Amino acid sequence: MNDIMKRTWLGYARKNGKKGIRNRLLVIYTVKCAEHVARQIVERSGSDDVELVGFDGCTDNQYAVNQIISLIRHPNVGAVLAVGLGCEYMQPEWLAKIAVEEEKPADWFFIQNEGGTQKAIDRGLKWIGRTLEELKHTTRVEMGFSDLVIGAECGGSDYTSGLAGNVVVGRFFDRLVDAGGSAVFEEIVEAIGLDWFLTSRAADEKARAELQHTYDKALDYCRHARQYSISPGNFAGGLSTIEEKSMGAVVKSGTRPIQGVIKVSCPPPHPGLWLLDSTPDPYFMDFGITNPSDNEGLMDLTSIGAHIVFLVTGRGNVVGNAVAPCIKITGNADTYARMIDDMDFNAGTTLDGSMSLAESADALAAMAADVASGTPSKSEALGHKEFHILYKYQHKEVLPCES
Amino acid sequence: MTKKQTAFVIERADTVATALEALEPGEVQLLGDSPVPSITAVTEVPKGHKIALRDIPAEENIIKYAIPIGRATADIPAGSWVHLHVMRSNYDERSSHLDVRTGAPKDTKYE
Repeated sequence: MNDIMKRTWLGYARKNGKKGIRNRLLVIYTVKCAEHVARQIVERSGSDDVELVGFDGCTDNQYAVNQIISLIRHPNVGAVLAVGLGCEYMQPEWLAKIAVEEEKPADWFFIQNEGGTQKAIDRGLKWIGRTLEELKHTTRVEMGFSDLVIGAECGGSDYTSGLAGNVVVGRFFDRLVDAGGSAVFEEIVEAIGLDWFLTSRAADEKARAELQHTYDKALDYCRHARQYSISPGNFAGGLSTIEEKSMGAVVKSGTRPIQGVIKVSCPPPHPGLWLLDSTPDPYFMDFGITNPSDNEGLMDLTSIGAHIVFLVTGRGNVVGNAVAPCIKITGNADTYARMIDDMDFNAGTTLDGSMSLAESADALAAMAADVASGTPSKSEALGHKEFHILYKYQHKEVLPCES
Repeated sequence: MTKKQTAFVIERADTVATALEALEPGEVQLLGDSPVPSITAVTEVPKGHKIALRDIPAEENIIKYAIPIGRATADIPAGSWVHLHVMRSNYDERSSHLDVRTGAPKDTKYE
């Protein structure tokens, strides 16, 4: 193991034994009607560590509730304020209770009970002022790559994503796994034609069955929708088939054995390389939508406990992510130069020969360690804290239950 | 031809390379894991698109990343542009009906 992978830094100790790289105070709205109050509380708090997430629908959805709970339990979150209107399905009191069980300071209220917008904002701000003081005393603990979970997805891909961006991530993921950490990749709908390749890398028979089942489900989904995960922009950029795009996407998983498949909001049971399945399960309302945006994909990776999320983007997406800092990687040197304020990492150096793949993976590891140590990623510094939580139908089990 | 042009070969077994800039007919230097240092382009190839590294007969699989990424729908001469006009997916029906340059769908009606 090289020296970069031995780096350590101070994290935040959590009751469940995990360690966080940020100490966020999460303000959660439980219905669109409560969003304005929650957003005002976040904006007026004056702290970059106070972040907003929420669910828009009044009717709740198990998938969305699971995802909100996964963020409450996330190691980067130190405290939770749940803001409800007062007549919705999702229950802020129960969300606050889960935070308390995790020994995280928590509060909740209904805007209707507080007497309206202004009084609710005042109450929230008062609680946040006190709680931010309390968070200064969170126990710090040494952590390293073996404690880290890193998730990767691509968005706004071009021909460089499969030649450089994803290739460098794959090489780094090999190192992360060898260092005892956890690496998670998603987008099974971008592994079309590659079931043999994925199953050949399964760590054991159970992992093999999970990978085959998840692949078959994704292929069914694409056939059903008569649409594969490839767009006019991809074709214009030189990709000719979904198989070609798929291999360029799967290459970000590196070369280590795949331990199995995890579903959204379910943390990996042990370290190593994992596939995250974000495809909806078959349901009476049909399949629903798989990944409607890059932000939804990043949220899925955050929901399984990723401390940091990688977004590989050849064309140059600008987004960030709530809870887990986003590192944006481009394999396109022109995109890097043009969008230097947004792009964190230039993997294009491996294409022009100025850096070897090993050197580039080292540089990415150093950047991940810096961000884990507290250095803001570019999207963090710019205030990008997007989230996207939607209605979806997916259960937690990977393989169908035998009945 | 004085302009230096390059294409990237990912795996030795590949039958196509990716153009790192727009290619014109003439010599193309091959970077990455190529068994040969160069190839002669016989057509224009847009940036990011594929160039055939050898003659590929119709119905043969196109190899990139050392795996089949689709199959030839016509005989493809070495050094020529490889895209939707001469190859198709083994899975995705719809992509065979897209505009070869822009990728725009031609099977959706705008009326």
